[in-house]
Formats: sequence, structure tokens, C-alpha cells
Amino acid sequence: MIGACLRALMSHWRRRPLQLLAYLGGLALATALWSGVQAINTEARASYDAAAATLGEGQFDQLVPRQGASIALEEFLALRRAGWLVSPVIESAQDGLRLVGIDPVTSPTGLSMLAGGIAPGEFAGRERPRLFANAESAARLGDRAEVVINPDIAPGVAIGDVGDLQRLLGRDDLSRLVVLPEQPRLQPPLSEIAPGLRLQPSQQVADVAQLTDSFHLNLTAFGLLSFAVGLFIVHSTIGLAFEQRRGMIRTLRALGVPLRMLIALISAEMLMLALLGAGVGIVLGYAIAGLLLPDVAATLQGLYGARISGTLALRPEWWLSALALTLLGTAAALTGRLWQIARMPVLAAVRPRAWSMASAARGRVQALLSAALLLAAAGLALRGVGLIAGFALLGCLLIGAALALPLLAGRVLRRAEARATTPIRAWFWADTRQQLPGLSLALMALLLAVSANIGVSTMVSSFRLTFTSFLDQRLAPELYLQVESAGQAAAAEAFLMARGKEVLPLYSARSEVAGQPARLFGVRVGPTYRESWAFLGSRSDPWESVEAGEAVIVNEQLARRGSLWVGDEVQISPDLRLPIAAVVGDYGNPQGQVVLSEAMFAALYPDTHAASFGIRTDDPASLREQIVAELGLPDSAMTNQAALKAMSLEVFDRTFTVTAALNVLTLGVAGFAILMSLLTLADQRLPQLAPVWALGLTRRRLGRLELLRALVLAGIVFLCALPLGLALAWVLLTIVNVEAFGWQLPMYLFPLDYAWLGGYALIAALLAAAWPALRLMRMPPSALLKVFANER
Amino acid sequence: MVLEFQEVRKSYRDSEGTVPVLQGVSFALEAGQTLALTGESGSGKSTVLHIASGLEAADAGAVRVAGQDLTTLDDPALARLRREEIALVFQQFNLIPSLTVAANISFHAALAGRVDQAHIESLAGALGLEAQMGKYPEALSGGQQQRVAIARALAARPRLMLADEPTGNLDEGTAGQVLAQMLDLVAQTGAALMLVTHSPAIAARMDRQLHLRGGRLT
Repeated sequence: MIGACLRALMSHWRRRPLQLLAYLGGLALATALWSGVQAINTEARASYDAAAATLGEGQFDQLVPRQGASIALEEFLALRRAGWLVSPVIESAQDGLRLVGIDPVTSPTGLSMLAGGIAPGEFAGRERPRLFANAESAARLGDRAEVVINPDIAPGVAIGDVGDLQRLLGRDDLSRLVVLPEQPRLQPPLSEIAPGLRLQPSQQVADVAQLTDSFHLNLTAFGLLSFAVGLFIVHSTIGLAFEQRRGMIRTLRALGVPLRMLIALISAEMLMLALLGAGVGIVLGYAIAGLLLPDVAATLQGLYGARISGTLALRPEWWLSALALTLLGTAAALTGRLWQIARMPVLAAVRPRAWSMASAARGRVQALLSAALLLAAAGLALRGVGLIAGFALLGCLLIGAALALPLLAGRVLRRAEARATTPIRAWFWADTRQQLPGLSLALMALLLAVSANIGVSTMVSSFRLTFTSFLDQRLAPELYLQVESAGQAAAAEAFLMARGKEVLPLYSARSEVAGQPARLFGVRVGPTYRESWAFLGSRSDPWESVEAGEAVIVNEQLARRGSLWVGDEVQISPDLRLPIAAVVGDYGNPQGQVVLSEAMFAALYPDTHAASFGIRTDDPASLREQIVAELGLPDSAMTNQAALKAMSLEVFDRTFTVTAALNVLTLGVAGFAILMSLLTLADQRLPQLAPVWALGLTRRRLGRLELLRALVLAGIVFLCALPLGLALAWVLLTIVNVEAFGWQLPMYLFPLDYAWLGGYALIAALLAAAWPALRLMRMPPSALLKVFANER
Repeated sequence: MVLEFQEVRKSYRDSEGTVPVLQGVSFALEAGQTLALTGESGSGKSTVLHIASGLEAADAGAVRVAGQDLTTLDDPALARLRREEIALVFQQFNLIPSLTVAANISFHAALAGRVDQAHIESLAGALGLEAQMGKYPEALSGGQQQRVAIARALAARPRLMLADEPTGNLDEGTAGQVLAQMLDLVAQTGAALMLVTHSPAIAARMDRQLHLRGGRLT
């Protein structure tokens, strides 16, 4: 019996391959986009974990120099002799690689991450320095050292013995000391043994995984949106398949198939197919992730300095979770239908179009649900706090609007019908309205895709405009010079001042302000700062008080995270507390920054020299040549403003390449949803079309009207998507961005872009409707006549 | 006795209250016998058929099919009874559109676990369906589809065959042919047949006739 039943159930798909394609395609697309995003996130997190395991960053307290970046070997030895259990680390950046030397015997991490289990003897003590790195980094190391490839080493890092690294770098100092977790009870204080060092608690080290969380959350949200759009197709196809098999199910029950067995067999059949679709989706997802990963890697490096592997591994974390989510989504869509079967009387009349007939009661429930979700969205917008609340707001807004779409479209079509002046037009509007329930899921998918496109593109374009003007104010000097020592700094300053240029030295130091890791900047207040910096909030003439050492300027991230604003005071050092004179927008980094006067900075950090200089000049090229010739500084120490701006904009654009790609893919999925809905509905439409054909409308004209119908519906969707997309942009700019990145952006409108997007949506709908319309135009009259012969 | 109704009562609820449909219906049907159940629309003919097939439950009274009291059976047992002892032929044919004619004919027999290929071929031959075996129902005329439904019912070798207006969707000539073929085959298999019809002419061709009026047999 089981075999006969399964064969009967499966025969439905054999006879309706398009429906099977829609079901599998919907599942595959939903899984592909979701698993692709998850693959990227998992790969990135694995890279962060590898970095944490390799370098122990964020896990252990460290001793770092109070000034500069170097610890003398004597200080390390003094600490060891005094009983401090510390492990030495030397570090240097070369050609985009981070070279890290550790002591394999004392390091609390060091060797544990190497899956191959490397013995300390193997690690060091060779004639040529030996480094361990993953394949990507090994290729960049060249033949500077003997390289052992180990895939567990964090991307962009080469690790070796501290002695080997000292030899390789030609140095005899150390960069930092890792404080081991177990320390003797009676230790002499650090200030006595090594007063030049300070203890940096583990939590003060920027945790890259934490910093990038918001980026991954954004990706996840997009993946989830695409997954939802894909599930609309699945839901729609399952609904259609159940309606079309209602008669079969009734016959099976009448012929003696028990209800429980029928439900079990249908569940097994649908989940088996879901497994197949999800499998295809995972393969597609792997391909999508492989294509997007280089851009994501560039984004993470550019935005957060986080390095992730450029190669993708097939990790069970993402493909198993994608598989489970797809099966759960399918099961959720199935449950309602199975419940209907369980309650369906065996003798109920078969209504082939019952599926597409929405009852008034269902409409009321949908309207109530939509209103409740939109109200919840409003409540979250007014009172919600935190990133999760931001995404919950987005979810309520999008789902509430999607549920309202068929009701709104129904009203529009009813009005059009009432104003129709000819019978054909009246029929057209009435027939379009009758199609709404059958197409509503596909139209909702299109609404979500188009509004996401409008929202995200508005956010990105607004961000780009703001970022460009931010670059203009922040990168006012025409030339930038980097120096490595106090001597170079003094010589460069004297040289430039002698030529009457405005010189803007930049001093910096890491510190903690308002409980957050922050960077302090010492600046020479002058006309450039006064004229070019625009503030989000300030007292009158903030630079005056900064120059006088009476106030500071903080960036928006620090202000928002610390709930600070103009007039509030911040603790700069144990004995210095200053008010905030202004808050400045800062879109270049996620961390807090405090701007002090040069004099104030020098008082706090007397031994720190300026690390870079901004120079105002009318002829950067000639000044550059003079600096090389007369100061003996390398040309590579200088960067032109234009090059810096171009590089920054390139990083920005790459950052949103992934978003743009996901936008296009989501729109594609929505187009696929419409195509599949129209194709699967096409056969069911014959009883509506055949009488009109018999009354004198040609098949060609009916086909053209089908195309027009798709355009009308897509047009209605676009008109609804426009305000929804702008609301989405507002939420992203004023709520999600603030929570995720710590900055709020002004919102700009881009009507021309929206017009183009509207055009694309119409084209997508037209293309989706073209095939069914063409089939109708070429349908033989005998197929239409069957409607009247009751032989269908 | 293949089918036995004893004082069967059934009523439905609608917006105006309870509507009695069957008010103490009793009759019996033996193996090899054919019975026509006639009556006006709404007289309860189809309800008798549905109760006899276990698709609906009686409110009161006893219903026995092949010696089993339907009122004591749960849903799986009723389903087994329909699979193994009863066959139904509907006015709307109720074929499975995605299965070929051959698969449709053998379907009920496969559910009952007694597919007899020779019997199926002989039924197909007797009903003139040999040339249609590879086709799908949508490619057949109404008369052909009802022949497939009859073949499906008889291929399962039921003890009781229940037919609800089996020729109601067919023209007069085709209806006569299909009915004659069905009665021949039922006689050959020794099954009992209860047929619901409006038509006095069709009813006249059965061994016995019962008429329902106001929920009672007259």
C-alpha cells in the first residue's frame, strides 16, 4: 500500500515538472543565499578564532610600553628574575603580513593551535629562521625564511620563534609581553621592576570578533531576507500542489488509505524533495560564497583591519544549519496544509481554484495581523533599544507591509473596476483582482525585494555622499608624511616650517576613555581645522577651547556609546577631566577618538613624537621631491591627498559590493517567484479565459492582456515598495547604523535611482509573464474548448 | 449478508437547526445481488451510500458490511474495510489525473494488496480500454473515464460495490453501454452492487429497488 500511495503522490510531480521546478528552485534559491552568507560568516569567524588561538589576543593581560613600541630585552629579563611569569612576543608588519615571534616554551597559546602538534624543537633552533603560515600567507613570504604551511594559522599571519624573528627582522628588542594566567602570590609591583611598561588588561584589546559582529549581523539579515523571499516560493508551491492534489487525496482516502498514513507519506515526500532542493542550494551557496568572499575579505580588512581567509572550507556549521533551516521552513509551510487535510471531509467537493479564492474572514485576519505588526514596528521605532530591536523593527515593518499588500492592491483594482468604461476593461480589472490571491505570495516576495533594494541603496548612497564630504573635511592637507623617529619628526617639522607651509603634526596614543578603548590625537589647531571640520554638535568656536587646553572634541562613536554629548566631561587621564566642545562625525573607523590640543597631548605624553604630518601646499609633487632630496626620507613615506581619497573610496565601494550583489540576487529570486506563480496558475486560468475567448477576444489579445496585467500588478507593488523602502532606509540610517557602527547618517533621496529600479521591477514582471502569455497566444483552440466539454 | 442497515438514523445541522436525513432506514443486500436506491434530490440517497462505505457515521442504528459492524470500527479499520471489501464508483469519476489509465485501474487492487494482472487485462478488454492503457485520464472522454473508474473498482475484487450516479455525467447512449458492462462484470465477480440513481430506467435493470422519501424507505 505504501508503495502504491507514494507512486500516486509522486506522479503529480512527474506530470507537472514546472511545479516541481518551482518547489525545488524556491528551496534551492532560499538555501543558496542563506547558506552562502552563513558560509562567509563561518569562514570569517573561524579566521578570528584562529587569530585568537594563534596570538592569544584578548585572552590574556599584556605588558606594553608606555611610550613607543619597543621593550628592551633587559626589562623582560628583569621581570622574569623578579618572578613575573611573562612570555615575550616580537611583532612586525611587512608587505601586508603580520610577523609574530613567540617563545614556544612559555607562550600560553603559541603551539596549541597547530593541529599538526609541533614540538618546540621543531619550531626553532635551525640555521634559517622558520615560520609557520597558511598557504596564502606562505606564498607572500617568498624565500625570506623556511616556511611550513599550516592551515590552522590565522590568515595574514606568519608565526615563528621569537629568536628567529629577531634574526629575521634584525632587532634585539621585544614588542609586548603576555602575562601568564598563573602568577606567584608575592610579586614586586610592575612600577618597581619595569616602570616603562604598563599592564593592558585583556578586555581592553580590541576584539575583532566583537567589532565585526555588526557587519556579520547585517549580512545575516540580508541572507535571512533572501531566505524569506525563497520560502515565499516554497509556501506558494506547496499551497498550489496541495490544492491540485485535493481530489487525489480525497480519492485515496475514499479508497481506504488511512489519514495518518497519508499525512506521513505526504510529509516524507515533501521533506525528501526539500532535502534535494536544499542540497542543490548548498552547492549554489558554496559557489556564491566563493565569489563574494574576496570582497568580504577586503571589506573586513578595510573597515576593521580583520583578516579572513580568502579560501572557503565546506564547514558543517554552515551547511548543516542551512539544511536544518530549510527543512524547518518547509515543515512550517507544510504544517498548515497537513492540518487542512486532517480536517478536510473526504466527501468535500473539489474546488480547483479554492486555493486562489481568499475568504473575507482570511482577509480580515490578514488585515489585523498587518496592522498589529505595523503598530509593533512603530512602537519599536519609538522605544526600541539595541541592534536586535532594530532588526525586529525591520522584520515587523517588512512583514506587516507584505501582509497589507494584497489588501491594498485589491482596493486599487476594485476602484479601477468601478471606473472602467468598457466591458473588456471591467473584465480585465475584475479578472486581475480575482488573480490576486493566487499571486499574492509572489507579489509579496517582489515587494520585499524591491523595498530592500530601495532601502539599502538609499542607505549606501546616503552613506557615500556623507563619506565623500567627510573625506573632504578630514583629508584637507594636500600631502601626508609619515615619520619613524623623533629625530625625523623634528627635522621634517623644521624643514616644512622654514618653507612657510601650514604643518599639521598628528600625535596619537591609545588609552581608555569613558570605559571604552579609544585613541587620543594631539593636533595643532589652525586655519585648516577651523575651516574644514563640520560638527554634529558643538559649542560656539570649539577649536578655541581645544587650543586653550580647556576642552576636547570626541567622535560620534565614542559619544553615542558613552552616552556623551557636547558639554559633558570626560576623564582623559587620572588627573585630567575636560568637557566636550564638539562631537564630530567619523566614518573611517569603528573606535572612539578624542582630539586634544598639541600642547595638552605633549603634557600627557611628553616622549611621544608626531607619527605623521599633514601639509598644506599648492604643489605637492615638487614638495615631495624636495623632502626626498633634502630630508632623505623615502618617497614611500608620503601619500598624496588624492591617492588617499581614491583609496578610501575604493575601500568604501568594495565594502558594499556584497550588499549590491545580494540586492540583485534577491530581486532575481522575486522575479523567479512571479514566473513560477504565473506558470503554475496558467492552466488553472483556462476556465476564466475560455469564455472570454469564446465571446470574441482573440488568443493574441488575451495574451497581451496577461502581459499588461503583470505590468499593472508590478506597478502597484513598486508604488507600495517606494514608501516601504524609504522607511527601511530611515531605520537603517538612524537606528541600525547607530547601534551597529555608532554613527548616524543623514538621509538623502535618489529619485532617478528609484525610477530605474521601478523600470527593472516592471521588466522582471514582464519577462516573468512573457512565457505564460506566449503559451496562451499559441494555445490550440481544442485546449480552450475542453473547458466547455467538461473534459478537463 | 454483504450489507445490512438496521434502523439507521442520520441528521445534519444547519443554520436553522437539525435536519433529519435518514429516519430509521433498514434493508439488507446479499452477495451477487444488485440494488437500486432512488429518490428525489435531498432524500438521503447519497447519505445511505456514504454510511455504507464508512465515509460517514450513522447517528443511530447498526450498519454491517461483510459481517463487521461499522459503528464499532475506528478510522484505520474503516479505511482497511474500504481497501479490502468495498469499491466506490463516483459520478465525477475521481481518477488520479497524474497516473496512467493502467496505473489507475490497478491502483485500488494495489492498495488492497491483490493485484491480478490477468484480471486487470480482462477487465480492460471487457470495457474496451486496451488502447487507452498508456494514456492519462485528461486524454479520455467522459464515458472512457467512467469505464476506467469501474475497472478500478472491480480490479480490487470487492465484496460490495457502491456506485453514486455512475452514469449521471454521460450521454444516454454511452450511459446504457457503460451500465450494461458494469452489470455484466459485477455478475461475473459475484459482488453485491448498490447503485444510487435518479433514473427509473436504470433502476429497473437492478434486482431490487428501494425508494427513499423523507428519510424513510417506501
